[in-house]
Amino acid sequence: MANLTLVQAINLALIQEMERDDRVMIMGEDVGLNGGVFRVTEGLHKRFGEKRVVDTPLAESGIIGTSVGLAMAGLRPIAEIQFEGFLGPAYDQICTHAARMRTRTRGALTVPLVIRVPVGGGIHAPELHSDSPEAIYTHNPGLKVVMPSSPRDAKGLLISAIRDPDPVIFFEPKRIYRAFREEVPEDEYTVPIGKARVVREGSELTMVSWGASVIQCMNAIETSGRDIELIDLRTISPFDMETVSESVRRTGRAIVVHEAPLSCGLGSEIASRIMEECFLQLEAPVQRVTGFDTIMPYYKLELEYLPDAERIGQAIDEIVAY
Amino acid sequence: MPVEPVFETRIDRLTILDEHGRFDEELGAGLIPDEDVVALYRHMVICRHLDEIAFKLQRSGRMGTYPENRGQEATSLGAAYALQKKDWLVTCYRENAGLFWRGLPMELVLLHWMGDERGNEIPEGLNVTPLAIPIGTQMLHATGLGWASKYRGDDGIACTFFGDGATSEGDFHEAMNFAANLDLPVIFFCQNNSWAISVPTRIQCSAPTIAQRGLAYGMDCIQVDGNDIFAVVKAVRDAAERARTNQRPTFIEAVTYRLGDHTTADDARRYRDDEELEMWKLRDPMIRLRGWLDARGLWDDSKQASLQEEAEAHIAAAVQRASDIEALPPTEFFKNMYKTMPPNLQQQMSTMRTSSLGRNPETADQSAVS
Ligand SMILES: Cc1ncc(C[n+]2csc(CCOP(=O)(O)OP(=O)(O)O)c2C)c(N)n1
Ligand SMILES: [Mg+2]
Repeated sequence: MANLTLVQAINLALIQEMERDDRVMIMGEDVGLNGGVFRVTEGLHKRFGEKRVVDTPLAESGIIGTSVGLAMAGLRPIAEIQFEGFLGPAYDQICTHAARMRTRTRGALTVPLVIRVPVGGGIHAPELHSDSPEAIYTHNPGLKVVMPSSPRDAKGLLISAIRDPDPVIFFEPKRIYRAFREEVPEDEYTVPIGKARVVREGSELTMVSWGASVIQCMNAIETSGRDIELIDLRTISPFDMETVSESVRRTGRAIVVHEAPLSCGLGSEIASRIMEECFLQLEAPVQRVTGFDTIMPYYKLELEYLPDAERIGQAIDEIVAY
Repeated sequence: MPVEPVFETRIDRLTILDEHGRFDEELGAGLIPDEDVVALYRHMVICRHLDEIAFKLQRSGRMGTYPENRGQEATSLGAAYALQKKDWLVTCYRENAGLFWRGLPMELVLLHWMGDERGNEIPEGLNVTPLAIPIGTQMLHATGLGWASKYRGDDGIACTFFGDGATSEGDFHEAMNFAANLDLPVIFFCQNNSWAISVPTRIQCSAPTIAQRGLAYGMDCIQVDGNDIFAVVKAVRDAAERARTNQRPTFIEAVTYRLGDHTTADDARRYRDDEELEMWKLRDPMIRLRGWLDARGLWDDSKQASLQEEAEAHIAAAVQRASDIEALPPTEFFKNMYKTMPPNLQQQMSTMRTSSLGRNPETADQSAVS
């Protein structure tokens, strides 16, 4: 066991997979000598050389488009997009090509690609460095989307993502890159894609979240003193509805929490599924505590925008009183 | 059939005041009146001081990430000086000197980096666009702005600034292609400062010059010494003339250097040599211009000392204005989403809640009764 931050756990997963499989390579802006702007790829350039850890030209469409080619040729590219706000130019290659190649070719060509992307707010960053666009990608069939909230899950999920035969977007919540440490097994292990983690068991209500919001939920639950079950989805596409329904059928109440805007956020899908699958057990309307339907504000107001323990706490009080 | 060249060309590099202080009288004489050279130099010194203060504000937690402009002042300043007020400046984020010359209040740029959208409230009629954070995207807007000028026949042009790294993005190439093929009055001004964060220019462009990228689109292109404000002014004037009279775009590669880190979040020692940095410090555009002024008896140490004081007071006042601005109401970010706020936003704003029981107090009340 080692006591690691999220950044260090991801770095360790990258090292172990690169050692295990020489088809694995890393590419992106500043990922080489500089070790990435968040230092996630620190030391890898030195260790594996410039053939396997590649500083690319500054072009997100280029990074993903060429990765699609590398992946179709049987390599295992791990592409980094420097911030979620710069996924824009890559959108076409991700959704029009990476996501569809298997289907279009009836499996003749596939894209085992991992796209690592720092995501989310709360770090006082400039414009377009704090957004939460995950639902755009969960809405797109053909992609898997993962967002861990702890170092241990991050390592195991990234290893699963690298070994996955299909494209996986691996969102890294930057707010918790270095916020805390956790004991992480030094040996390689996997955390299955598509399986949620029950962070805390409880009987009064079910809270569903992912990424950095999981930490806000924990804070709210502790403050409330109530017996609340917290589910960290970890994988948001395809998400683990079985764990969610099993829990909500027991508790009869559910709150979904995410940083992304309310409308058409993933919370909408989860709430619909709960309505469909737990209708008879529900004691209250499913609540969503999320970002607002606005552009993510610059950092002076970002804490007004992001769901925090206080707003989650209000929802807890209301849903329990209902 | 013999093989014969169908196209031959070369790329020129323009320098008027070189790094050794040599001045090309033929090209340079009368290019900028002496009193304007003094004004430009003063402006550079003030902008340089802003960098120093902004860096300190960031380090003391009073400002977020800030990109120093240090060493690149001659580029956007020379361009803004050479252009007219009706021409658009479509910038990236290292063009403070040009923006302030145009008249953008300094506190707006400070506010932007302090995480406050009011920093983007550009006063009417300035014809500048907000700082562009997503790299390589704004050049298309310049092409559109130039297109609008041509459409209206108002004789205006658009000049867009971007880095060497930005020339790798697809949008850059589309902007160039549109401007050239639709005959639009646009100046593409590349600040080649050797680096895109930690990535050297060689990874963005393996041709000997970035300037020759313009050739592929059939536009005039030139490389200039970007630390020589005389060369920048001449190149932009020539390009503006071409745009105004023939509606043709020009690509200018200004060779300069980022003397600071990429931003305050970066540490350039991780990837670049001290030696390279030291060499470029000798080519500092501000030192070069000071030498020119000294040699002509237009400047001296006592003027410098009083300018320094003036710069300090000027920046201190701008920082004060940025800091003294009234606190943003917590709901401010709802206000400028649309011209008219739709009901869902009104509801979210008035309750600052997204959960249905929270944002529909009426339903919640009913539930309490039921
Ligand atoms: C589309 C996009 N991708 C990545 C980034 C992250 N990023 C910010 S600045 C930068 C380097 C820019 O280099 P260059 O264009 O040469 O401009 P310079 O900073 O050197 O002035 C990168 C990669 C971004 N802001 N936008
Ligand atoms: Mg650059």
